[in-house]
Amino acid sequence: MSLIEVKDLSVNIGKKKILKHINLNIEEGTVTALVGPSGSGKTTLLRTLNLLQIPTAGSLKVGTTTAIAGKIDTKTIHDLRQNSAMVFQQFNLFKNLTALENVANPLIYTNLANKKEAHKTALKILKKIGLEEVITQYPATLSGGQQQRVSIARAVAVRPRVILFDEPTSALDPELVESVLQTIAGLAKENITMILVTHEMDFARQIADEAVFIENGEVLSKGPAKELLSGRTSPRIDSFINSLKRSAFA
Amino acid sequence: MNFDWQYFLKALIQLPEYIPVTLIMAIFAMILAIVIGVIITVFQLSPFWILRRFAHFYISFFRGMPTLVQLFLIYYGLPQLFPSLRGIPAIIAAIVGLGFKESSYLSEIFRAGFNSVDEGQIEAGKALNISKITLFWHIVLPQATLNALPATGNTFVSLLKETSLAFTLGLTELFGEGKMLAGESFKYFETYLAVGILYWILIIIYTWLQSLLEKELLKPYRRDLNEPDRSEGPVS
Repeated sequence: MSLIEVKDLSVNIGKKKILKHINLNIEEGTVTALVGPSGSGKTTLLRTLNLLQIPTAGSLKVGTTTAIAGKIDTKTIHDLRQNSAMVFQQFNLFKNLTALENVANPLIYTNLANKKEAHKTALKILKKIGLEEVITQYPATLSGGQQQRVSIARAVAVRPRVILFDEPTSALDPELVESVLQTIAGLAKENITMILVTHEMDFARQIADEAVFIENGEVLSKGPAKELLSGRTSPRIDSFINSLKRSAFA
Repeated sequence: MNFDWQYFLKALIQLPEYIPVTLIMAIFAMILAIVIGVIITVFQLSPFWILRRFAHFYISFFRGMPTLVQLFLIYYGLPQLFPSLRGIPAIIAAIVGLGFKESSYLSEIFRAGFNSVDEGQIEAGKALNISKITLFWHIVLPQATLNALPATGNTFVSLLKETSLAFTLGLTELFGEGKMLAGESFKYFETYLAVGILYWILIIIYTWLQSLLEKELLKPYRRDLNEPDRSEGPVS
């Protein structure tokens, strides 16, 4: 049985149709890359999976919680978000908390652990990703790469069934990208279910099991990542990958 | 130049006796202004239009009226409508009047403070299933308070100076005493200069204390005051 089931999902923002009749199944323990041109609806789809964006039509199921458009109440949102965590493009760390508190406090705030347990869990995760040196530092004093890794640690700490990554490296300087990608690759090895919006095609090919190509709010193609992202399956995907390569060398 | 240095120094020594009244008035009015300011800010940010409308009206009313008129309305006007308020101490009327007036400015400052906390952090909190109240209390409020601190301090500086209007209610505070001294001695320049310098000293002390507080509270957030660890440590 799939961990995530998206059925005929549509999202309108104002009068604009951002997502149109999306159907998607994601298996537990897999990594799925959402790729496509800017403005295609990838981020909206990711945000809808966490109900940060409420769907206009269709339904989605994450774990045992089903959200049906038009019938989504605060309980559904709460239940669904218990299954997922999100890593944002701009890190979105809590600026008034240290790195350790950023990871530990959400556990305390949501009654997932007491203070002692939360700090122990946070320390363990931060150590694992090589951030034990900065645990007492505030986000403003960390590099972009470190901030994003703390944000990944924060997502991991709540033990979600799926982690949603929204272009986790696009706000980083090129020299800081690698460390974040290595952290994500480390999670992939642990069979944590991940959905990743990214423009890092080589990385997506490397770690993703499945890939979904989205354009104009529709799923244009989906399939095994290595195959789909090779560009050989569709001229449109090939031209998209080539455009990314060109912009990288520009 | 007909400046009586001796009298000036005498006034400078005699007047500080009235500083406590001025400070009590300013501090209590500020406390009242903060409490009302927070309530009005909550109304401003409320999803209920009637509360937002009320907040808008409150701010417009108290910001749009001269402070002196407000003090007179409270001290002389209200007892006419509510006889039980007759004989209200002038210092209470001054504290209430100044508190109401400054709360209208503070609520705008607090609103800007809340709005300056970036939406991304709130969204991250929501995504982590943190309740709105917890998020507000632990994440938004501490940052909004820090952001609002400099402007809140400026309001206190204005308030401290505006306490001088309380003499019009018959209260003898720093300025009121100065006015009496000047009237008795006809040494207007010396007396009012001494009064002005004493207000100035109070404000210098307050500004220094506030800058110490700001520096201390903002220390963790400032990259230049910390040694940022820019090294990308090993990833296991």
